Amino acid sequence: MDFNLSEDHQMLSDTLRRFLADNYEIETRNEAAYTAPYHSPEMWESLAGLGTVGAFITEETGGFGGTAEDVSVVFEEMGRALSAEPMLGALMGLRLLADFGQDKIVEAIVGGEARCALAVYEPRVAFDLDHIEATARQDGDQWKLQGRKSAIYGAPGADHVLVVARTDQGLGVFLTTTPPLISAAMIDGGGIADLVMDDLAAECLSADARTQIEDALDLGRIALCAEAVGAASHLIDLTVDYMKQRQQFGRSISSFQALQHRVVDMLVDLEQARSITIAAVAAFGTPDQARKVSMAKNLIGRAGRHISEEAIQLHGGIGMTWEYPGAHYAKRLVMIDHQLGDRTDHLQRIILPTDEASDGQ
Amino acid sequence: MDLEFTEEELAFRDEVRSFLKAKLPADVAQAVAYGKELEKEQILRWQAILNEKGWVATTWPKEYGGPGWTAVERHIFSEECALNNAPRMPPFGLNMLGPVLIKFGSEQQKAEILPRIIDGTDWWCQGYSEPGAGSDLASLKTKAVRDGDDYIVNGQKTWTTLGQHANKIFCLVRTDSEVKPQAGISFLLVDLDTPGVEMRPIRLLDGGYEVNEVFFTDARVPVANLVGEENQGWTIAKYLLTHERTNIAGIGFSTKDLERFHELAGEVIRDGRLIADNPAYAARAAELEADLEALRITNLRMLAKTKDGAAGGVESSLLKLKGTQIRQELQDLYRSALGPEAAPVADDLSENELTIPPESARAAPVYFNHRKLSIFGGANEIQRNIVAKELFRG
Repeated sequence: MDFNLSEDHQMLSDTLRRFLADNYEIETRNEAAYTAPYHSPEMWESLAGLGTVGAFITEETGGFGGTAEDVSVVFEEMGRALSAEPMLGALMGLRLLADFGQDKIVEAIVGGEARCALAVYEPRVAFDLDHIEATARQDGDQWKLQGRKSAIYGAPGADHVLVVARTDQGLGVFLTTTPPLISAAMIDGGGIADLVMDDLAAECLSADARTQIEDALDLGRIALCAEAVGAASHLIDLTVDYMKQRQQFGRSISSFQALQHRVVDMLVDLEQARSITIAAVAAFGTPDQARKVSMAKNLIGRAGRHISEEAIQLHGGIGMTWEYPGAHYAKRLVMIDHQLGDRTDHLQRIILPTDEASDGQ
Repeated sequence: MDLEFTEEELAFRDEVRSFLKAKLPADVAQAVAYGKELEKEQILRWQAILNEKGWVATTWPKEYGGPGWTAVERHIFSEECALNNAPRMPPFGLNMLGPVLIKFGSEQQKAEILPRIIDGTDWWCQGYSEPGAGSDLASLKTKAVRDGDDYIVNGQKTWTTLGQHANKIFCLVRTDSEVKPQAGISFLLVDLDTPGVEMRPIRLLDGGYEVNEVFFTDARVPVANLVGEENQGWTIAKYLLTHERTNIAGIGFSTKDLERFHELAGEVIRDGRLIADNPAYAARAAELEADLEALRITNLRMLAKTKDGAAGGVESSLLKLKGTQIRQELQDLYRSALGPEAAPVADDLSENELTIPPESARAAPVYFNHRKLSIFGGANEIQRNIVAKELFRG
């Protein structure tokens, strides 16, 4: 048993933490997070330059990492700094591009010169791969896509959008370049886009890629869990600091036992969130993957909401303001539950093993 | 990062498993599975079997007769015991007094007392709490006044667990009332045969007798029975509490209880379908399973952090808080899944003629009994105070 990070991971983690602390103040972040393209292209290039994006894929496919632990180390720091950079879309898109040998595009993305995103979900059928309605049909030597995609994470400004669509062989992955996106900022910052496809031309990477799509999504979920751990850890630090300073009734509010106990319960949730993320990281690539990832996403959903709501409450009116950094962390933590399946969706996946759920699809 | 046990640890786990399989008496395992109070004879019989193997004093170093295990080995042992329905050995002599004597006792005390703890000759119980001093131990009032070579002890102790089986008690007593409360306390060993010492049972809400109150009326206790120095009791008590908190997360118990729920859910029909197919129950069980899996990792993380296994204040408090919440929640889930069958209390479960299985008949009493988990060993509110003190330091 050894829960310490390897030397390389510790170094990556330290480098990112220092870089983000020095270059990514909350005001800078908020400015970028809510103004099109809802992130900072310069920051993206710098982060890619530090090896952040390359950490998502293996050396054989053009990266410098590729394990679930590599991913979680990066995302924990993204969470701690409340990064609005489109890492999640890049992670999932890049995995599929690497899976299907798109070396040139992979190289450009790892180097920070291009960006990608993954379009899976559709209006009103969130998170359900069994009910994808978008279709792809072959038209001579071209493929044409039909249907709608919604909530494509990190898509605004992306050069390549991978689209999941039904084929007669199963679920396919298709490559589109600068497709017509309808972009918006998310409530917690960062961009999202919809895509309406009416015979949109695309390149077929695989006509039957269910397994690879599941893996990319599960790795995305692990990333979100790690991001939540980083964000929650920072939010609790902010809360403790605030409580020490804030005076009420002639004393610091950190001296009130009723309030102290609530922070301790937040801390218990944080430790549990960290542990279940470790469990999911360890299970990635094993037969236990789907179940452990869902256990993690479910617990993170519950813990994130608890920690956020308590943090806002303990800050009083300050916690409700745009001005206050903690409020943005709280938003992000709650909204992570809305990404790639929430606590209820994943509860379902814990109860019904995925093998059964996906049978016959 | 490596979440797995080492080869040696896995081999140790196999050894523990086969030992339990071969040696744990069936009647003892059954009593544990039913949630029954064990008889003294059953506990001592199991202790003798463990003693033969050298596995009684699991927290002691080798030179005093312990197995010299690492914290991880101790963890594995207690998990396997729980999963196989082995009874938990009463911790008072083995995990509390033993380590205290090893650290603070005189050579004579170590030589005389430790072997008798291991072989079961002495059954120690704990005299810490008083009617007015529960989690706030510093306010204890039981007095020991020096008179020649004796202390004269007066006062009352309470919540003395399994005191009905004991022949000895270790107590915290006030030896100086003039100084600040923590400074005037001493750690004293008392023979329960001493004139002026009387033990009375307290019946608990589940109907059982697990705890007692102990009255001291001019009881004469030799000064030689003092552990450490006079007025050093607070330091000793704090040291002891960190030992009390080993295995505090109770992962093995919860794992077993979750398993038990799933078995029940595959048998019991409510609203026309098995409980296993009832989404409301499935959801409760699944979230608890996620909580338990996280706690299992949290526990291993904290074990890896503390080399000697005596978890620091904050770590053990976090484990106690979450561990007891999960255990209590699991008892509630099981009780609730039983529906009306949770109501009866059969006198002798092994021979009961009810159509309800004995382990079900004990579900409600065990649930009520488990309310104690968040109260004893420092109430969960006290654990929160300990963590908060660290969190808001400076």
